Amino acid sequence: MEHDERVMILGEDVGKRGGVFRVTDGLQEKFGELRVLDSPLSESSIIGVAIGASANGMLPVAEIQFLDFIHPAMNQIMSEAAKTRYRSGGDFSCPIVIRAPYGGGIHGALYHSQSIEALFTHIPGLKVVAPIDPYDAKGLLSSAIHDPDPVMFLEHKRAYRAIRGDVPDEMYTVPIGKARVVREGTDMTIISYGWYVQEVLEAVDAYTQQQQASIEVIDLRSLRPLDSETILSSVIKTGKVMIVHEANKFGGLGGEISAIIAEEAFPYLDGPIVRIAGPEVPAMPYAAPLEKAFLTSADDIRAAIDRLAAY
Amino acid sequence: MSSTTQGTTIAMPKLGESVTEGTLGSWLKAVGDVVEKYEPLVEVVTDKVTAEIPAPVSGTIVAIVGDEGETIPVGGAICVINEGGDVAVAEAPITEVLGDEAASQQAAAPPAASDRHGDEERARADRDEQEMLRIRSSPIVRRLAEEHEIDLASIAGSGIGGRVTKSDILAEIEQRRHAPVAPAQAQVPPTVPAQQPATIQPPIAPPPLHAPIHPAPPVEIWPGDEVIDASIMRRQIAEHMSRSVQTAPHVTVWMEADMSQVVAVRNRYKDEFARREGFSLTYFPFLIRVVTQALRDFPDVNAVWDNGRIIRRKAVNIGVAVALEDGLIVPVIHGADEKNLVGIARSVHDLAERARTNRLSADDVRGGTFTLNNPGTLGSLFSTPIIVQPQSAILSMEAVVKRAVVIDDAIAIRPMMNLSLSIDHRLLDGLAATRFLAAVKTSLESYPTDSSIY
Repeated sequence: MEHDERVMILGEDVGKRGGVFRVTDGLQEKFGELRVLDSPLSESSIIGVAIGASANGMLPVAEIQFLDFIHPAMNQIMSEAAKTRYRSGGDFSCPIVIRAPYGGGIHGALYHSQSIEALFTHIPGLKVVAPIDPYDAKGLLSSAIHDPDPVMFLEHKRAYRAIRGDVPDEMYTVPIGKARVVREGTDMTIISYGWYVQEVLEAVDAYTQQQQASIEVIDLRSLRPLDSETILSSVIKTGKVMIVHEANKFGGLGGEISAIIAEEAFPYLDGPIVRIAGPEVPAMPYAAPLEKAFLTSADDIRAAIDRLAAY
Repeated sequence: MSSTTQGTTIAMPKLGESVTEGTLGSWLKAVGDVVEKYEPLVEVVTDKVTAEIPAPVSGTIVAIVGDEGETIPVGGAICVINEGGDVAVAEAPITEVLGDEAASQQAAAPPAASDRHGDEERARADRDEQEMLRIRSSPIVRRLAEEHEIDLASIAGSGIGGRVTKSDILAEIEQRRHAPVAPAQAQVPPTVPAQQPATIQPPIAPPPLHAPIHPAPPVEIWPGDEVIDASIMRRQIAEHMSRSVQTAPHVTVWMEADMSQVVAVRNRYKDEFARREGFSLTYFPFLIRVVTQALRDFPDVNAVWDNGRIIRRKAVNIGVAVALEDGLIVPVIHGADEKNLVGIARSVHDLAERARTNRLSADDVRGGTFTLNNPGTLGSLFSTPIIVQPQSAILSMEAVVKRAVVIDDAIAIRPMMNLSLSIDHRLLDGLAATRFLAAVKTSLESYPTDSSIY
């Protein structure tokens, strides 16, 4: 915001309160009420205003307080923001960022825990990123703000407090559409994003401490565009692949990734493509034991690694 | 062929007059494939002759009954082809697909499954899941196996149920890469039938290839060793030779023959013969000719020991061992005693030629009553040939070499040839063997020099 006057923030409680997760804390004091705009409780208008502002030269960063509540804005996102460039024959673009916390495991219960990112990855014209590493978060946010098209910037709630990392003070970018190879390996590929990258790493460490094996772990970071190149080259190298995400399996991103692998890398597969995903339950329960039961654990992932490695 | 509700059952055809069964080689088609009439379905190996079985009807293959390496009696079902349009591949259990009789070939018919998944598994229901997993290799494993010509069945898999994994096959490839290349076998001149002291003719009923008579303990493999999967032919040779030595107590008798007169006749005719026939006249037909005559005089040599019975064969069918690049095959000159020398020479040439181009029929390698072998072309002087079961004797002609010999107390130089005769001591004794061999020797030494070969 210091570097570029066009950058503005709007959303519920982003200003005075500094966001429910304190992401925008202190920014209104610094940049004023017009660049850090407290909006009414109306998701449709938050996105609609952002689209309008962007059409008038601004680079809005709209915050939806919880991804679970984004649906009133769905028409603005899907029918307006995502289609602006195509509709106008390239005359207009829609350089907005829509920030939203997603995911569960913090006792958020039914309406503060969902992982519905797959709804957005299905929409052509919309970019979707979901970083989990602090360095990536800053670099991708910078890329998203300056990207000429609408970008959904999804932040996993557990990461706000649970993940800490040093981030350079200076400006830098992480490109949208590039996955990050967190661990290099030759025997198996595990693809994940968001909070589950942590769980996967824990499971992989537990496994490799006991077994002579090297497992490649990929953090997608960007869900759309998807970095097929990194996925495929890894699977071609390892021959076995597991996809882990918190969202439920049916229609989830794992299905798309599986299909890409089956189409492009079939001759290199040495086992079934395994998907580890949340259960087909309407929502995440509030009660601690039930929430725990709902969430895939590192132990579950470890067991799946055992099975796939043995195949 | 018989029809069922599922389609037409394709049976193991009779590939030769005395053929009773066939061993399935590679399937060229899979369940679900659409085949045209006359399109090859599967390779069948009978007595080392590989033939392709053509589809007798057009349609879709709905079930495959016999697996690679499985021996199926003539008339036994090998697959089912549906000639209709819409086909549900092996929807029914195999008993319904084939009818009870054919299904009884199978180890156990599976219960009918209610879902539509795993059709192929149900069609091959005599396998349990572990076995399926073992042979169900992944795309990359199949691709690597094909590229490096590796038989997956020969690799001990470390995956679930013994499945060969990518790392298993990579280790195998690595092992082969560091192994020295085996020296290629010497090429045999095309007109020379056979070069090895042992001759082979497959048994009437070959046992399954995967069940050696004497399962030896696995051999320890040392670093740098090359491990090669034996071909079907090689495995059949191994099985047959082992069985022959175990079945028949072998005794080998040697004699030498002065080949002067045969040499004289051959020299007189060889140029004309080569011009007329297009191939060289060798000593081999001369030997076959005198052996067929001797067999008539010694019927027990042209006989079979059959558990306390002696079957004297009326036919005189001479097997001639032909060396191939990767093994040995023994095609048969049927009715050799009815042919003159040129006829025999033509038969030998034709069989050797077709053996080397893999064009022998199942009947070509069946029905031998006595076998001749010619290791002499490579310079062998003595051998102990192994009898082709269920025959009673085998004769090797060794190299024709000029030697100093004593004739009428004078030293003469003569083209001499050793004869190595192995007999089945259950049926023949030294007396019969030596008399027979002496008769052959005498016939060679007194070969009429004025005789015409035509």
